Amino acid sequence: MSQIPNDLKYTAEHEWIRVESDGTLSIGITDHAQQTLGDIVFLELPQVGKTVDAGEAVGVIESVKAASSIYSPVSGEVVAVNAAIVDAPDAVNNDAYASWLFKLKLAAGADTSGLLDAAAYAKQID
Amino acid sequence: MTALKHTPLHAAHRALQARMVDFGGWDMPVNYGSQIDEHQAVRSDAGMFDVSHMRVVDFTGPRVRAFFEHAVANNVGKLKTPGKALYSCLLNPQGGVIDDLIVYYFGEEFFRVVVNAGTADKDIAWFERLNADGGFGLAITPRCELAIVAVQGPNAREKVWATVPSAREATSALKPFNAAAIAATPFGDLTVARTGYTGEDGFEVIVPAAHVEALWDALREHGVRPCGLGARDTLRLEAGMNLYGQDMDETVSPLDAGLAWTVDLTAPRAFVGRDALERDGSRAAFVGLILQKENGKAGGVLRAHQKVVTAHGDGEITSGTFSPTMQESIAFARVPAGVAPGDTVAVQIRDKQLPARVVKLPFVRNGKVLV
Repeated sequence: MSQIPNDLKYTAEHEWIRVESDGTLSIGITDHAQQTLGDIVFLELPQVGKTVDAGEAVGVIESVKAASSIYSPVSGEVVAVNAAIVDAPDAVNNDAYASWLFKLKLAAGADTSGLLDAAAYAKQID
Repeated sequence: MTALKHTPLHAAHRALQARMVDFGGWDMPVNYGSQIDEHQAVRSDAGMFDVSHMRVVDFTGPRVRAFFEHAVANNVGKLKTPGKALYSCLLNPQGGVIDDLIVYYFGEEFFRVVVNAGTADKDIAWFERLNADGGFGLAITPRCELAIVAVQGPNAREKVWATVPSAREATSALKPFNAAAIAATPFGDLTVARTGYTGEDGFEVIVPAAHVEALWDALREHGVRPCGLGARDTLRLEAGMNLYGQDMDETVSPLDAGLAWTVDLTAPRAFVGRDALERDGSRAAFVGLILQKENGKAGGVLRAHQKVVTAHGDGEITSGTFSPTMQESIAFARVPAGVAPGDTVAVQIRDKQLPARVVKLPFVRNGKVLV
C-alpha cells in the first residue's frame, strides 16, 4: 500500500505539493509514483528562474524501466531545485515525501484550489 | 480483453507482494521490491526467475533430426550427446526470425524445444505446418504441465544442489549448454540444464507444475532470491542477449541482429530461410552502446527506438536500460554497416543528441565488466 499523507496536496499526474510557511510550494512525486516507476536512476529538473504554466512538463524522471515527465502543478516561477537529489535519485524510492524536487512561487492570480486533497488522490489511484 | 494467464507460481508471487505486469498476456512479477537489488543478487550470489510462461514442446519420431535440420538455422549436427542444447533461430522463408529458442537433444527420436511465451502458439502452428508439408510424421507435444525455474548466479548451482541433493551427482560435471534428467526427486522428475539468460552460471530447472511451488519455496529457504522480469531484462542486456520482439522479429534477419553466430551457412543443409540469408547477407551492424557522461553525469537513459546518428547514417536502439553493474546506461543498436567498436555516435534523447560509445557485446559476463 502506498502512503498518502493528509497534510499534502496532490495532482492526477502523481505529484505531491506542500505549501511552505513562506508561501512557496515544494513539489515531489508520490509514493505511488515511485512504486510504479521502480528504481529511479535519473532526474532532470527545471532551471531556477524559469516561469512555468500549470500542467507544463518541466522535468524528467527515469527509472531502470521507464521515463516519465514531471509536470508543474500550478503556474509560477521555479525558485529552487534539489541538486542533492539529482546526484542521488534513489532517495525518491527511499522516501518520496522527504524528496522534494523543485520549489515554485505562485504566479500572480494563481492558486492551489485545483489540487487534490489526500482523499481525492487516494480515490484517483484506487 | 481476455484474462491474463497465470503460471503455477502466481499465488507465490502474490504472497511475496510482487509488482505484477502483463507480459505477453501473462500476469508476471516485474519485481518483488527493488529490481536493482534483485539484479545484484544474481551477479553476486543467486537469484531465481519464474519462466514457466515459456513453453516446453517435445518432438518425437524417427525423422526428428531431419526435421530440425530443416526447421532451424543453427547446426543441429552439433547435437550428438544426450542432453546437449543448442540456441537457434526459427526463420521464415524471407529470413526473418519467427522466434529464438533452445533445442535439446535427448535421443535420435526425441528432441525438445523451449520457446518464448508470446510466440508459443505461433511457433507450434509453424512446426506443425513444417511437419505436415515435409511429411516428417513427428508427434509434436506441448508440455503445458511443466513449469520452469531459472536459478542464476555464481552460487546458483550450489544452492540447487543443497535443495535437490540427488541433482548434485547428475549435474556437477554438466558443461554449459547441457542438460540432465533427474528422476524421482522430492519435486518429481526434473530436467536440469546449465543454461540461462543472465550471463551468470546457473541452471534452468524444468519441473512438473504440481511441484514447482514446493521447489520455489525450498530454493528460497536455501537463500535463492526471487527476481522479476525487470532484473531479467537488465541482466540479459548486460550479458548481450537478445530479446525476441524487441531486438529481432519476423522482419529482421538474424544477420542484422547480432545472431550470425547462431546461423550455420557452412553445412550443405537446406534450412528454412537460408536462401534469403545468402541472397541478402548482412545489411546492418548490431552493436552495444554506452551513454557517455558529461561533467560526470549522463543526460538520461538509453531506450528502445531512440534514433542513433552515425557517420554512416542513422540507426536505432532496439533495447536500452540503466546497467546496475556498470552504473551507466547501455543499449543494443542496429546501425548502418561500417559503424564499429570505438566509434562515438549520437543518440537522440528527448530534445538532445547525446554522445555514446560503440562497443562489442556483451557488456558483462560472470560478474565482470568486459567493455
